[in-house]
Formats: sequence, structure tokens, C-alpha cells
Amino acid sequence: MSKVRRQETAAAWLMSAPVIALLVVFLVAPIVMAAWVSISDWTGIGSPFSGGVHAVGLKNYGALLTTPGLPQQQLGQSLRNNLYYVILVVPIQTALALGLAVIVSRQRLAGRGFFRTAYYFPSITSSVAVSILFLYIFGTTGVINAIIGNLGAHGPNWFDDPNGVLHMVLSGLGVTSAPSAMANHGFLGVSWWDWLAGPSVAMVAVIALAIWTTSGTFMLIFLPAIYAIPGDLTEAAIMDGANAWQRFRRVTLPMLRPTLFLVLTLGLIGTWQVFDQIYLITQGNPAGTTLTPAFLSYLTSFGNQQWGQGAAIAFILFAIIVVLTIVQRMIISERRADRAS
Amino acid sequence: MRRPGIRQRRLIGRVLLYLALAFFAVLYIYPFLLDIGTAFKTEADAAGHPLNPFPQHWVLTAFRELEQEDFLRWLANSVVVTVFVTLGRVLFDSMAGYALARLRFRGRGGLFAAIIAVMAVPGVVLLIPTFLVLKELNLFNTYPGMILPLMTDAAGVFIMRQFFLSVHPSIEEAAKIDGAGIFRTFWSVVLPMARPQLMTLTILSFQGSWNNFSTVLVAHESPSLDTLTTGVGRLVSGQLGAGSQYPLQLAAALAMTIPVAIVFFVFQKYILRTGEGAVKE
Repeated sequence: MSKVRRQETAAAWLMSAPVIALLVVFLVAPIVMAAWVSISDWTGIGSPFSGGVHAVGLKNYGALLTTPGLPQQQLGQSLRNNLYYVILVVPIQTALALGLAVIVSRQRLAGRGFFRTAYYFPSITSSVAVSILFLYIFGTTGVINAIIGNLGAHGPNWFDDPNGVLHMVLSGLGVTSAPSAMANHGFLGVSWWDWLAGPSVAMVAVIALAIWTTSGTFMLIFLPAIYAIPGDLTEAAIMDGANAWQRFRRVTLPMLRPTLFLVLTLGLIGTWQVFDQIYLITQGNPAGTTLTPAFLSYLTSFGNQQWGQGAAIAFILFAIIVVLTIVQRMIISERRADRAS
Repeated sequence: MRRPGIRQRRLIGRVLLYLALAFFAVLYIYPFLLDIGTAFKTEADAAGHPLNPFPQHWVLTAFRELEQEDFLRWLANSVVVTVFVTLGRVLFDSMAGYALARLRFRGRGGLFAAIIAVMAVPGVVLLIPTFLVLKELNLFNTYPGMILPLMTDAAGVFIMRQFFLSVHPSIEEAAKIDGAGIFRTFWSVVLPMARPQLMTLTILSFQGSWNNFSTVLVAHESPSLDTLTTGVGRLVSGQLGAGSQYPLQLAAALAMTIPVAIVFFVFQKYILRTGEGAVKE
């Protein structure tokens, strides 16, 4: 190796050293430690590497996934809650972000900058400030209930109402109790009837918060992609007599497909991690209907000192996110292959 | 009978468009107006007139209480954490980004792949692990313990690398001919060219660390180390969090949002950069 190359190699490692050190110490090592804790009986006292701590195999994972009991039921409940959260937040925030982006990207639009700023502003606000705002807005004497009151109806006690929205719809239709097949069988300690409860009223308010906060962020991801659509493509569509909706459907949307997948992937990854708002607003209440795996993992370890189980929940969540990302990648590459052939 | 003309239909379309825009603007802005107004209300006023952003009597009670709650200490801690995290990220990310983009060395591909892989680790999964490693290193409940995990950032390395890849090699050649070494070339020639990227990175790190709640939460326990997010968070979810203190809570939310709002409005062009410039108006 020449002297110049040796110098270059040394400089390169030197310049990368701080980032490598930080990533190893605060990312790789912590994950390895937590993996150990998740298969140990560490109780939070002393170092998890001290002599008194033993490996217990997959016991912690078993307690969560296979052994009937409170841990399993809480995990099942948190997965159900988060699933409804994902199912509602991801499509709505994506559609809203796309709609707002399409509108504010128009060439002739008075106050374009103002609207863009207005829609994006919630995205830069901290989760704490936004949580406070929503505690107020959805409070019993809050903004939403004042509006409902003006319309002559009575608003719920949002953050104290554990009733599932789907259950409420069903009871409106006269179905008030579960068919026994659904009440007596279930998955992860939660009966099928409860799996179908829908998000609780409290969770609906948290969902509204998430959509309100993140749609601006994703609008900002859509905008450059919209500007990158060649102008002559849109012009050609106008020449062919396409109306605004047809242009959106046949030109804009197909051109935005890669960005759409990016936004959906980011949304999916983000929504499975909801933590701050739960910690700040509901702490998993009422009746566990806003528990999420991320918050449950925190609660189990920091709250109940069940570090092994808490870490195991974190890894189960990690696995869910990784699997979803891989599935989504596969769908994208399959589509690409379809188009190529 | 004539069908409505194209002009009329256009007009109706425009009106509908602006109505929709205005509706959403209200939806996104009104909560903040309510926040500002309610921060200056009395508790009874806040509960009695939730839809009115204007207080019946303007009072500073909430802000006085906030000061009692150690707000200034939280502010100082937030500043310390944010300044160090941002400086560290900007410096280290650009150094590593430059090495990965421009220097030829064995292991570069592997290192880059590792950084990309690490970017995929979801942050919330790291809460327990971060706590464990801070305990083990005796950094729990210290400033470095709150700063270093937030300084760990792979995405910034990626942003800087992408920029340095786009710099034309002839610029470095010229510097080399003038006798500048690798570090000098990086520091005095290439890095100044990256001003927009450095701005973006600065804004991202500022926002990320100023607004961070969960990492700071698991990195300390003593109230004297609370930042704005965890301190105010205590007001909401802690012992005091009995719903009725809306003015206090909203005043806290308002005060902690002002710095990010200033940064946002001053540096809007870097944040809302959307590639519009490429389009001829």
C-alpha cells in the first residue's frame, strides 16, 4: 500500500471514529445487553452481568406469548389497541398528507406559503406540547365537547371512556353481548369478541392527535415528488380533456407510487412505536384500552421491575416492525418485477 | 338552456378549493390560537369558554406558577442538551459522511452498510437498552448520559455522505495541488460548500433533541436534570396532572414551543425546501 493510501485509510477511520464509537456504545451494545436481559431473571438490582443473574431461556417470551396469565393478556390487549391505531392512522394521515400536498403544490394559489406553513407547523411541535393541547381539546369541558354541546348533543368523557367504538356500533344495532363462540375463545388472552371491540373512545382521541400531528410531515415528503412530475405530462392530460380528478388518478398518483410506498412504510414503522402520547395522556388507561406494546414494555420494566419481560416485549415489537418492513419491501419489489416483465 | 360555462365551473371549483384549504388551516391553526389565549386565562375561564381564544381577563397566573415549578431550570437543561447534541451531530456526521463519500479505504462498503442497517432500528425499542447501558457505564442521571444517546445518529451521516458524493472531485484536486492535506481539504474547502446541508442537519438535530421526550426520560431520574419535555411532562402526567390546570399546562406548552417556532420561521426555506425551485413559474 502506498504512503498516500495509508494516510487516506488512517484519516478515514479517524474521521469515522466518533460516529462508530457512538453507534457501538449506544446502539449495538445496548441491544446486545437487552437481548441478554430478555432471557435472564434480572430484577433491576445491580448489574445484569453480575453472578446472581441467571439465564432462564425463553421463559420471559413464553410468559408473554404462550402461558395464559396477566402478561399475555396485557400484551394481547396492547397489540389489539395498537393494531386499530395503525389501521386508522396510517391510511388517514397518508390520504390527508397527499391531498394537502396536491393542493398546496398548485402553481396559481394565493397564500400557498401560508397554507403550507399552517399544515406543517404541528409537525415541529413536541409530543409533550401536542399532548397537552389534546388533553385540553378533548377534555370533558374542552373544545370538542363544547362544539358537540352547541350541536345539542352530549360529548363523552374522552380519555376516561374505555368503550370500543365497534362494540358501540354493534350495541346500536342491538348486539349487546358476545356470541359464546367469540366470548370463550380468543388469541393471546383476549377473546375474539374483545379483539373486535375497535379502538376505545380514548384511543380515538389519541388517533386524532397522531393524524393531526403527522399529516404535515408527510405532506412535506410528497411535495418534492409532486414537483418532480414532468409538466408536459400534466399538460398532455389537460389537452386530452382530463379533468382534475382524472389527472390526479391517471397521472399524479401513478407517478407518486414510490413516494406513496415510502410514506406508508414510514407511517407503519412510526405508528407501531407510539409511546410519548400514551405516557403523557393516558398511561394505558382507561381499562388498558390505550396500552401499546412500547408503553407496556416501559411499564413492565421501569414500573413493575420485570426487566426480562419488558425487554422481551421490546424485542417482540422490534420483530413486528422488521417483519412488516420486509413484507412491504417484498410487495414493492414484486410490483417492480411485474412491471419489468 | 345552456350548461354552466367553463368559466363558471372554474369559479365554483376555485371557491370549493379555497374553502377546503381554509377549513384545514383552521383545523391546524385554531388549536394553537386556543393554546396562546388559554395560557392567559383563569382556570374558570378556561373551563367555561373553551372555544374562545380571547381571555375575559388577561392574567399571568399560569406563567407565575410555571416559574415556581422550576421552569427556568428545565429550560437551561434543554439548552445544554440541545447545544451539545447538535454540535456533536453536525461535526461527527459530516466527518463520517466525508470519509464514507470521498476517502478510499478498505471496509468502506461494510461500514456504510452497517450504518444503513443501524438506521433501521426503531427508536422506541431502544428505551430499555439505553437505560441498561447508561447504568452499566455509570452515566445514568448525568448530562453526558442524556446527551450521548441523542448524539448517536446514522441518518445525518447518510445526508452528509449523499451531499459529499455530489461535490465535483476537481475541487479537491485543486486543493491538493495547493498542498492541502486531507483534513485541511475537508475543513476549509469541502465543508463550507455544504452549508445548506449543514443547516438542514442543524435544524433536524435541534428539533429532535429539543423535542425529545422518551430518551431523556429513561436517561435520568432526578428532577434537577429534567428538560422542558420531561419537566412539563411531569406536570401533565405526574402528581399534579389532575386535568383542571389547563392554563398552567397550556402556558408550559406555549413556552416550550416558542424556541422551535422561532427556528422554524427563521429557517423556513431550509425546512420547507421542496424542490420547487426546479419548476419555472
